[in-house]
Amino acid sequence: MSLLFYISSFVAILATVMVITRYHPIHALLYLVVSLLAVAMVFLSLGAPFVAVLEVIIYAGAIMVLFIFFIMMLNLGSETAQQEKNWLQPRVWVGPSLLSLVLLGEVVMLLLKGQNIVIQTSVVDARKVALSLYGEYIVGVELTGFLLMAGIVGAAHIGKQKKRNLHRFLQENENTGTTIKTIICPPSTVK
Amino acid sequence: MPLLAFIPTLPLLGFLVLSLAGRALPKKLIAPIGAGTICIASVITMLLCARFLLTPPADGAYTQTLWQWFNIGSLSVSISLRLDALSLVFVFIITFVGALIHIYSAAFMRQDRDYARFFACMNLFVCSMLVLVMAGNLVLLYLGWEGVGLCSYLLIGFWYETPANSNAANKAFYITRIGDTAMAIGLFLLYKELGTFTIPAILHDAPQAPSYNTLIPLLLLAGAMGKSAQLPLQTWLPDAMAGPSPVSALIHAATMVTAGVYLIARMHVLFQLSPLAMTATAVIGALTLFIAGCSAMVQTDIKRILAYSTISQIGYMFLALGVGAWSAAIFHFFTHAFFKALLFLAAGVVIEALHHEHNIFKMGGLKNKMPVVFLTFLAGAAALAALPLVSAGFYSKDQILWYAWNAANGNAALGSIALAGAFITSFYTTRLLLVVFWGESKTTPAHPPGQPPPIAYRPGPLMTVPLVILGILSLTSGFIEWPHNLLHLTLFSHHVQKTLPATLLKENLPSESAFQVITTLVTLAGIYLAYIVYYRSPASILQWRQSRRMMAIRDFLFDGWKFDALYRTLFVKPFVFITRVNKSDISDRLYNGIAQASLMLNRMVSLSQNGSLRWYIVGVLAGILFIITLQLFT
Amino acid sequence: MSSFNGEIVLIVAAILFVLGLIGVLTRKNIIFILLSVEIMLNSAGLAFVAAGAKWQQPDGQVMFLFILAMAAAEVSVGLALVLQIYHQHKTLDVDGLKELRD
Repeated sequence: MSLLFYISSFVAILATVMVITRYHPIHALLYLVVSLLAVAMVFLSLGAPFVAVLEVIIYAGAIMVLFIFFIMMLNLGSETAQQEKNWLQPRVWVGPSLLSLVLLGEVVMLLLKGQNIVIQTSVVDARKVALSLYGEYIVGVELTGFLLMAGIVGAAHIGKQKKRNLHRFLQENENTGTTIKTIICPPSTVK
Repeated sequence: MPLLAFIPTLPLLGFLVLSLAGRALPKKLIAPIGAGTICIASVITMLLCARFLLTPPADGAYTQTLWQWFNIGSLSVSISLRLDALSLVFVFIITFVGALIHIYSAAFMRQDRDYARFFACMNLFVCSMLVLVMAGNLVLLYLGWEGVGLCSYLLIGFWYETPANSNAANKAFYITRIGDTAMAIGLFLLYKELGTFTIPAILHDAPQAPSYNTLIPLLLLAGAMGKSAQLPLQTWLPDAMAGPSPVSALIHAATMVTAGVYLIARMHVLFQLSPLAMTATAVIGALTLFIAGCSAMVQTDIKRILAYSTISQIGYMFLALGVGAWSAAIFHFFTHAFFKALLFLAAGVVIEALHHEHNIFKMGGLKNKMPVVFLTFLAGAAALAALPLVSAGFYSKDQILWYAWNAANGNAALGSIALAGAFITSFYTTRLLLVVFWGESKTTPAHPPGQPPPIAYRPGPLMTVPLVILGILSLTSGFIEWPHNLLHLTLFSHHVQKTLPATLLKENLPSESAFQVITTLVTLAGIYLAYIVYYRSPASILQWRQSRRMMAIRDFLFDGWKFDALYRTLFVKPFVFITRVNKSDISDRLYNGIAQASLMLNRMVSLSQNGSLRWYIVGVLAGILFIITLQLFT
Repeated sequence: MSSFNGEIVLIVAAILFVLGLIGVLTRKNIIFILLSVEIMLNSAGLAFVAAGAKWQQPDGQVMFLFILAMAAAEVSVGLALVLQIYHQHKTLDVDGLKELRD
């Protein structure tokens, strides 16, 4: 069991390193999916099958897929990869990485200072989680419902594109930021 | 003695009427009001004098308390006037000479636009001076002291539209202020020591006080120095000649500058208790008379010569006070008032006649053109030079010289300086006389055709009569006090010594006749030397005068031994520097600095709010690191 | 089943967290930043689950569930916002969004 744990954690870390260093967004996303799956394995080895499955279904399956759809919608492809290559200069990542590694070092020191924690893994199965959820944490569940509702409504509203029907001679760019020479273009087709 | 209050009140009334209603009054009425009050006060004074001399009062003084001024705790000060032998002399001089000068200025200032203001200020001055010398307590004396300072300022700057005049008035006020402040501190110390301000009480209690503070007479001396223009506060008097000539005559010759002499004489007990103060007075007097005399030798402005001469003569009075010759000092004040006022008034006539010409080297030959003025001026000059036996100045100055050598506090050094001063005095007096009245006239008193004649070409009786009276007095007023070897007539000192102590003399006095011969010779030598240099003027002397060294010495003396330059460097320049630096108000800089610092901090800190998300996260990260580091390592 | 040191799990969580942090700080593209935030959330959840496993309580897993729900909501709203940003600024550079400052 512990072997599973070590291998999974190693994979997770490696995959995460790959996530943050890729140029192409799809590559990064896919690596992230791998990382999430590895973390799910870690959960399993810790005796938490319910959240392992949850991780796979929701995190890797819904959220990451949402990301992928988003990228496909915006059509971020090779230009993005090129752009990222230009942006990711060594002078950009050396400083923050050092700072964060210092943080890591300190946290590790903190962790190693305390007394030894020994985890006796025993499976906490879905039944126990469900009982706890609908027992003690019922209020939290309801609030999570609120949160998700707010998320839905917010996302739906913010993401809406305002469609204005203007005569094609009066088409100006709907964006207020840049001033592009007005080229009469047909009404926007991207929705 | 109810009449006492009238003496200062009449001039005060004159001041009030003329200052409030002066512009509305017709011009013919102003002079009678202005001069009339002083004349009536003078008549009252003479009546009181006669009464005092014939039947002296019991305790030696007429007193009159008018009302309670203020009451603070244990201090109670009242307006009380006191006329004793000393103040009688002063009141007589102030009112009598003052009356003559007012009559003179009724004619002299007739063309002036501010006729009423002039008489108002002069009346206020006479009132303050009378309050000063008649005060029964030191607070009232200080009131009079300040009053005369104010009037001096008002009158020096009478023609205020010329900036130089108001600068001179300011200068006089500042410098006398220094003395006044010292005197005020002296008064506070005096109250702390003796607990009273009443003059008789002070003079009585001081010798019996357990401890005695030498600072008190020294501070009073400083106050006297300021008012009487002695070293080192003498620089204001030559510049004060910017005022009209009657002002110079009254204030800066006869009365205000002698207020210091009055103060020291009045507080003689305090001075006698402190040998240091006496020595200081004598030394200051001696140095001043020498320095001022030397400066007078080279001046070219007629009034400045007389101003330096005044400083020098008051130096004589201080010297006399310092060696303990109290009555000699007061006698010299008495005669000096007459001849110096005369000289100033005559100089005023000369200046007016020559169209405001002040430079003596542009005058000349006035002997025949203005005979009355010439004769009276001659009388005054004779008194100033202390011509033996015929002039009043001789009797008073001879007394001072004698006591400078031979009083208990006198010594050879003081005596020889006084003698040198006599030589210098006769020299510059003769020089003045010769240059102005003899020789060829460089400016004629004739007036150009078509213009009205100057006022004083033929001075009217209002101007000549006072001159003549003062001229007669300059010659004869000395006869009431003869030196001991010539005649036993000592009316003046007999009178004054009712209040002031007699002078102590040393043992083994030299012969007084020999001494008089020496002083006479010195005086005549000065006259002769001036005659040679300025009348005969042989070419060798002229060349010697023009030599480089002589010119350098001459320039040094001309600037009053460079005291003005010294004070300018020591005090004026640093002050102006500080004000220039403080133009933007240094203490404001502190508050502005705080505001500026906070603005700068704002600018620096707002750099961190650059809107970039990642910078904010780095900030959070840094904070976390900091806290965790704290946790780890403490 | 088996026992192992709890510190290891937390260290793994810390490593993942720091990696996510590096991702947030280093990348300029908003998508990548959001991605890195997801990594960080995930690592936090791992820490919770590990803690719950130590005490053999379901509380850790419940917490992870809540975190998950929150991450989902956040991603959806965040991506909607990114859509608007992309349409306005025509770029996904996060340094272009600097207007909220002094």
